[in-house]
Amino acid sequence: MSLHQYILTSMRRAAEEVFATMVGMELSAAEEKVESGSPESTAGVVSFIGVAGAWAGTGSLTCSPLLACRISSRMLVTDISAIDEDVLDAIAELTNMIIGSVKNDLELRVGPLGLSIPTVVYGRNFHTRSASVSQWHVVRFPFDEEELIVKLCVAPLDRRIGEPAAAVRGRHQPHGERREKEAEACLRQDQ
Amino acid sequence: MEPDILVVDDSAAIRKILQRVLRQTGMPIRGIHEAADGQEALELMKTQSVDVILTDINMPRMDGIQFLAAVKAAEQWRNIPVLMVTTEGGEAMVGEALRLGASGYVRKPFTADQIKEKLAGVLQPAESS
Repeated sequence: MSLHQYILTSMRRAAEEVFATMVGMELSAAEEKVESGSPESTAGVVSFIGVAGAWAGTGSLTCSPLLACRISSRMLVTDISAIDEDVLDAIAELTNMIIGSVKNDLELRVGPLGLSIPTVVYGRNFHTRSASVSQWHVVRFPFDEEELIVKLCVAPLDRRIGEPAAAVRGRHQPHGERREKEAEACLRQDQ
Repeated sequence: MEPDILVVDDSAAIRKILQRVLRQTGMPIRGIHEAADGQEALELMKTQSVDVILTDINMPRMDGIQFLAAVKAAEQWRNIPVLMVTTEGGEAMVGEALRLGASGYVRKPFTADQIKEKLAGVLQPAESS
């Protein structure tokens, strides 16, 4: 399995497991693909979480305010009709669990990674953009008439910021370095 | 024994879910207390007796590993069982938690049965002694 497909499959499985276990919802069949990163206009709730290590990037979960309320209501077993702290916190935690699970899978291929604390944005007509990586792994779950979108951009750190590879790799353990090289070669083959 | 349980997680959503899950286990529980990070938990423990701790790892201010180390370093708290409830699944992180004295590990997302099983595992030895 290519690394792109490995990441997409991990994202889909993680989202399905998290929603089934923590929200009590079965997600419908997803559309999975790698998208080039032209910024897209966004309205609604977007939760971001950083991935750091030999590979680094950003994961996100995006949905409409209505869908965020519906998901949070199920998750917290309480009626929620408007975006509030509970909704933003619930969406942040779902992002943490989904991208955290993908991170655990990815560590098997690229070595130890870390996660940041999630950040949630709620608003209209804003744009999101990663300053470094232009390719996003995207899994879209249809949800009634709406969409739940899970995204992840991740790449070897030296390729993201132009730091010499030896300087970056020198900080990692030998077995991590080997896995990192194998994964990077796999990613290049995919492109 | 009806334990006082301390839930430490920066997510209010997870604290609410754990409150609900703990109540649903049917196990006798005296009280469930909450803290949003390790530092807040240590402050609370100065005035509140605690029998079991469920803690996240990734938290601001003081993370779960630092909190675990602080609990195990304190004479009056070192015998309190600590269960890590976290998305972290890496061998290094789990290994460090166990080396520092964590009694077990539950990966998020979790089911009520997983929490109940782990909780029973750490409470039974105390009850039988």
